[in-house]
Amino acid sequence: MGSRASTLLRDEEIEEIKKETGFSHSQITRLYSRFTSLDKGENGTLCREDFQRIPELAINPLGDRIINAFFPEGEDQVNFRGFMRTLAHFRPIDDHEKNKDPNVSEPLNSRNNKLLFAFRLYDLDKDDKISRDELLQVLRMMVGVNISDDQLGSIADRTIQEADQDGDSFISFTEFIKTANTSLEPWARLPGTTLHHCHC
Amino acid sequence: MAFFFFPFDSLICVLLGISFTVWFTLLLVFIIVPAIFGVSLGIRKLYMKTLLKIFKWATLRIERGAKEKNHLLYKPYTNGIIAKEPMSLEEEIKEIRRSGSSKDLSSPEFEMSDIFYFCRKGVESIMDDEVTKRFSPEELESWNLLTRSNYNFQHISLRLTVLWGLGLLIRYCFLLPLRITLAFTGVGLLVVGTTMVGILPNGRFKNFLSEKVHLMCYRICVRALTAIITYHDSENKPKNGGICVANHTSPIDVIILASDGCYAMVGQVHGGLMGIIQRSMVKACPHIWFERSEVKDRSLVAKRLSDHVEDKTKLPILIFPEGTCINNTSVMMFKKGSFEIGTTMYPVAIKYDPRFGDAFWNSSKYGMVSYLLRMMSSWAIVCSVWYLPPVTRECLSNGTAVCCYRTVMTNSGV
Repeated sequence: MGSRASTLLRDEEIEEIKKETGFSHSQITRLYSRFTSLDKGENGTLCREDFQRIPELAINPLGDRIINAFFPEGEDQVNFRGFMRTLAHFRPIDDHEKNKDPNVSEPLNSRNNKLLFAFRLYDLDKDDKISRDELLQVLRMMVGVNISDDQLGSIADRTIQEADQDGDSFISFTEFIKTANTSLEPWARLPGTTLHHCHC
Repeated sequence: MAFFFFPFDSLICVLLGISFTVWFTLLLVFIIVPAIFGVSLGIRKLYMKTLLKIFKWATLRIERGAKEKNHLLYKPYTNGIIAKEPMSLEEEIKEIRRSGSSKDLSSPEFEMSDIFYFCRKGVESIMDDEVTKRFSPEELESWNLLTRSNYNFQHISLRLTVLWGLGLLIRYCFLLPLRITLAFTGVGLLVVGTTMVGILPNGRFKNFLSEKVHLMCYRICVRALTAIITYHDSENKPKNGGICVANHTSPIDVIILASDGCYAMVGQVHGGLMGIIQRSMVKACPHIWFERSEVKDRSLVAKRLSDHVEDKTKLPILIFPEGTCINNTSVMMFKKGSFEIGTTMYPVAIKYDPRFGDAFWNSSKYGMVSYLLRMMSSWAIVCSVWYLPPVTRECLSNGTAVCCYRTVMTNSGV
């Protein structure tokens, strides 16, 4: 099951991915094995159905949107680099990394980028605003088909009212950051130093 | 007695005759009769344990051989990659809200940050697989003596090659014919049985008989695949008037589920053998088969499904997978249609044990028949089925947005 992977990922590639995403060597090879085991078509890329086959993802209300986050605009296949780039958002925030060079772009797993990832899950039309409709759609997905539209509408209205500060009844990214101002640590649980099995 | 029926000089004929009779008797006693009564003799579990021991030995040989020859044996799985502390969904949501917001905790039904939990769960499931996490590194590296799952290993040592050859012989010359016989028996009995039950007038007795016939034939088919299935949480089994939603990786899923309960199947009408099976199944109890043209009409699909679901005497619906990757659109559509009906949904998760081979059907590479042959010539299919708690109207009416998925998502055993 695992031995195919070892022959196909070259050291230079691993180094590049390490630099771009910040994952460690062993994490990258581990995720590469996972990538190849998901890639049932054996063509080095994943299609949407490959993701949908994961049981936990199929029952996750946000499953489809998370899957979409992996695929760049208009494309139906994602290769390993793209896969890692998206997953990099979920590494714990490296507070101790100081950016000495101001020209280097923010690391993928910075707080800002994590929030941006979540923001994009809401903002489907990519106009950098969450409209009432987009919020309703997410609510509907999380709640299911059995709450009345009125009830959902009032939940959405209340949420927008609380978050919207400039009064345009949209939620912009800055307003989103203020509303969803959590510590984000429970959100990203990849090990920095702790590694242990979960026998739940 | 056989001497009187065959020419005297043909010893081979005699032997064949005797062995055939013995073979069939054994088959009948050990496999078909238990299948009819739904009893397990424990033969398959014993078989599985023996296989695992052999695989372990083979793995050790590989490692020793690799060290001797200085091959690079890559062990990519060192530890679980996700650091997790098990917490229930409600606790997690509270923690997310508490850590950021200064608001009152007691009331809000929905916060924008509630999606973080699902986001993380989703990505965690992409990164890692609960099944592979349970195994130690040695077990994952084990080779299950099938060349189709591992390309380099059979030439490392002579003993291993011999074992591999022996395995090949056993699988193709003993197991495969056995399984094919069973499969034909099972399918044949299904067609004959359901046609006969179809003659009876509609009523409780007919339903009872049809249930028995279906279960019996599916159990025989399960044995034909040497599928060793563990069912978890059977108290959540789908009931009449509901829809069973399963993550399908292959058509074998249907056999696995249907051998534990009775379902009404939903799918496209096929020709050939499948068509015969479909037509005869419908005689015994109502299934929903769509013509290819009807599949595209979403409202028609939704209407037929909801009509079926409203009749409480009819069996829960199970959606039959049509294939994967390329032509999966109809399954997706059936699934979306089932969401719109708004009835009770029974999620089911099926996990195949990867140590025994990959049950995935790449429909662009292999047709149905060659896929089934591959399945039947592998060692066994070991899987677990989890019946997840149903998703119902009542669960949602108290307005808590995440209640709907509380039970489904915290089942961290999946």
